[in-house]
Amino acid sequence: MPLLKISDLKVNYGAIEAVKGISFEVPEKSIVTLIGANGAGKSTTLRTIAGLVKPVSGTIEFKGEDITAKDPALIVSRGITLVPEGRKIFPDLTVLENLKIGAYLRKDNLDDDLNWIYDLFPRLKERTWQMGGTLSGGEQQMLAVARALMSRPKLMMMDEPSLGLAPMIVRDIFDIIREINRQGITILLIEQNANMALQTADIGYVLETGRITLTGSGKDLLTNEAVKAAYLGT
Amino acid sequence: MEFINTYLPYILAGISVGGQYALIAIGYTMVYGILRLINFAHGDIFMAAGFMMVYLSASMPLYISIPLVIILTVILGFLVERIAYRPLRTAPRMSIMISAIGVSYLLQNCAWYLTSGLPKQYPKIPWISASVSIGASTTTVVTLITPILTIVLIVALVLLIKHTKIGMAMRAVSRDFETSQCMGIKINSVIGITFIIGSFLAAIGSLLYFTNYSTVTPISGAMPGLKAFVAAVFGGIGSVPGAVVGAFLIGICENILKIKELDMTTFSDAFTFALLIIILIAKPTGLFGEKITDKV
Repeated sequence: MPLLKISDLKVNYGAIEAVKGISFEVPEKSIVTLIGANGAGKSTTLRTIAGLVKPVSGTIEFKGEDITAKDPALIVSRGITLVPEGRKIFPDLTVLENLKIGAYLRKDNLDDDLNWIYDLFPRLKERTWQMGGTLSGGEQQMLAVARALMSRPKLMMMDEPSLGLAPMIVRDIFDIIREINRQGITILLIEQNANMALQTADIGYVLETGRITLTGSGKDLLTNEAVKAAYLGT
Repeated sequence: MEFINTYLPYILAGISVGGQYALIAIGYTMVYGILRLINFAHGDIFMAAGFMMVYLSASMPLYISIPLVIILTVILGFLVERIAYRPLRTAPRMSIMISAIGVSYLLQNCAWYLTSGLPKQYPKIPWISASVSIGASTTTVVTLITPILTIVLIVALVLLIKHTKIGMAMRAVSRDFETSQCMGIKINSVIGITFIIGSFLAAIGSLLYFTNYSTVTPISGAMPGLKAFVAAVFGGIGSVPGAVVGAFLIGICENILKIKELDMTTFSDAFTFALLIIILIAKPTGLFGEKITDKV
């Protein structure tokens, strides 16, 4: 049984049909990526899984449980977390508060998790008492990932984590993604940086105007002529 | 000494009414901070608390009627949010504002219906209605305890916002609904709690205010509500400390204008608004306002 199973999902964005019936699976402990141009429906798909948007039809199953159109809080409590596009850290909360708010639904002790986070992101430890808004773009992205991890997710969804970051920082972010995945967390990643995403992912799906048009392993898609022409610029 | 004896009562009255405005202003500023909504019904919830006290204290001892007034006011504030604002959560902001104006008139009309528009005598609350003399001037106990009680409640509120989990959630929600939801925060509960806190403070404010003014009418909430709203804007709407500082300043200034020798009593209300206009020209976001007022 896959960790996450999407079946024939249709979602409207205002009057526009943004997602026109897609189905895909995310196996446990894998890195899966959805690539596609702006407006292909990638973000809408993630937001629908997170419960922020209600689909028109279709189902979303997580570990066999139907979580379609459930409350975002319930979805977080089941172990799905979203690192939103544009990081969206809370600028007037301290770094520590940003981390704590990621664990909002948890009632147990957070010390071990904070140590784990500070091991993964030593920079955040130095900045514990700083306001989130004073961090650099790369640090904010790290904080957004760290905040999502504080909910102890089984599946971490990431919306364009490389957006607006310098190439060196993008490499750091992808190193972190691989490290988090090695520690057993499943990753569902959407990216415009298709090259980076496909190199990292086990499975890739190509999304075009609300439909999945291609599926394959990350490596296969990297060498696929159509993908190369459309998304890799080679 | 002569000087102090003459003017002290005005200053004390100003501080006292400032504290009462502050307790109302917090309700405006917190709701604005989270919903970007000016809750026009807030002054009328304050008025409703006044009438509840009039009717409840007629048949019950004070030690029951006072807590009951506070509880019922909190329920009223919560219900207004639940019935009139929550269904409009995704509607344009103007719709919610119109809904708020509607609730304001509904509460006033209900009060007219119940009282036929006659002013009702506010009950004397023993001890806090008592007179006390300071030097050569006399004042009431309520004048003296209002600022103290106000400060205690505000310190408690600030601690709640800064140092508790729910306070952290309130700060997060006031910044970004959607990301807060992604954290597992239930937006509606946080908004509900905000209305509960605002109504609780308005209920306390009404107990202190009407003790000083002795009668309640259906439009009793309008002027203090408006003044408190001005105080919130003056201090920078969305900011709790700003609302408090604004409220005390307005309370003190309008009472200084009532000094007999100045002969300006008639203008004390107009003055409040003149002050607001001047501040907003000099500093459009108010004394403690955020630079970015629009929600990202």
